[in-house]
Amino acid sequence: MENVDTENVVIAGAGPAGLTAAIYTARSGLNPLVLEGFVPGGQLIVSPEVENYPGFPEPISGMELMDRFRKQTEQFGARFKMEVIEKVKRGNDIFEVDTGIERIETETLIIATGAEARRLDIPSEPKFYGKGVSGCATCDGAFFRDKEILVVGGGNTAIQDAVFLTRFASKVTIVHRRDYFRAVPAEMEKAKSNPKIEWLIPWVVEEIIGDNVVTGAVLKNRETGETQQIPCSGIFVAIGHDPQSKAFKELVETDKNGFILVEAGSTRTSTPGVFACGDVCDPVYKQAVVAAGHGCMAAMDLEQYIYSKEEVKC
Amino acid sequence: MLNTNLKHIETEQEVKEVRGNNENVMICCGRMGPMCIPVFSVMEDLEQTYPHVTFRDQDFDIPAADFIRNLPECALFMGLPFTVYFKNAKVVAATSSIQNKDQVMEILDREFGKQL
Repeated sequence: MENVDTENVVIAGAGPAGLTAAIYTARSGLNPLVLEGFVPGGQLIVSPEVENYPGFPEPISGMELMDRFRKQTEQFGARFKMEVIEKVKRGNDIFEVDTGIERIETETLIIATGAEARRLDIPSEPKFYGKGVSGCATCDGAFFRDKEILVVGGGNTAIQDAVFLTRFASKVTIVHRRDYFRAVPAEMEKAKSNPKIEWLIPWVVEEIIGDNVVTGAVLKNRETGETQQIPCSGIFVAIGHDPQSKAFKELVETDKNGFILVEAGSTRTSTPGVFACGDVCDPVYKQAVVAAGHGCMAAMDLEQYIYSKEEVKC
Repeated sequence: MLNTNLKHIETEQEVKEVRGNNENVMICCGRMGPMCIPVFSVMEDLEQTYPHVTFRDQDFDIPAADFIRNLPECALFMGLPFTVYFKNAKVVAATSSIQNKDQVMEILDREFGKQL
């Protein structure tokens, strides 16, 4: 904890927002430092196929797309550290970022930490993580060859995961708590036309059953209260994300759900010199392309902030 | 191929050697994916503070990974990475899927003694 460096720009997060901000600030000669955390690439890297990112007419895996983002960012000289911000202290015209490994001083900060996957609110879930419960279909799907599995959720990730998992599983049952889906029609159509996919709506997972590995689940119907036990070997959870803003709560204002508040039409937070972009401040769109756009906005807002400060000094 | 700062195990001979020549060994067998990278990062982070432990990673998809994949302790695992802890070449703990720093440290402290 002895290191104290001074940076022009520290960017927290290495998803589409953070890396786009890094590309723009690097091209502007600001020599950004990206603290990419323990999962570089953000949520997108668990997507088996991305079909809606402009410029890619053929589907591309989220991992590969983010790998390209990263290469492009490195090309412009951005620097990377695999560290996570634990706390930020505000000083006079300077921010002190504490990663637990080192302290870094920076003039400006871009928060692009994205969101983290929600877990099922079931006490037994952690026990079965890696033993039937998973949050990553592309990572763990192959372990479920010819097995019956559940996918919990109703958004794009859940529906894409369900379709992807039919490559391995004998049957995939989508369990969703609402009687409508947030997934886009194109994804829903793929799932509906897949003969290996079945649907249980509006049901929720009440309990996970098994000794050492998952052997089934107890489900409850949200309308009737009816419960049923169904056998399954795997449960893939894709029930949404929460913004990763905990480390910044004393630095910037957030809404009641933890989304960082930014001025309308900009990425400026309640603290001058701190900018937020991507899913950490976006409760509505939550798309990679939107996050990338936000990242660009944050870089431009930041440049303007730095130049206006310099003008005042002159 | 794993892109980490850890030493990689690439052959069966290396698996034997690392277990045979070191009292305390942690091997994480996985891929460059979202569940594995955090565990690799935790290991990189802990290498300095646990000098009495030998940290290695291994690509899940190479033939030499058969040793880890076929361990009885990993027979029920259904999530990457497979992380195995050896004391005097014997398995003393094994975990499946993503683990955070606290979870890894809990096993290291319990099985190999607290950080120096």
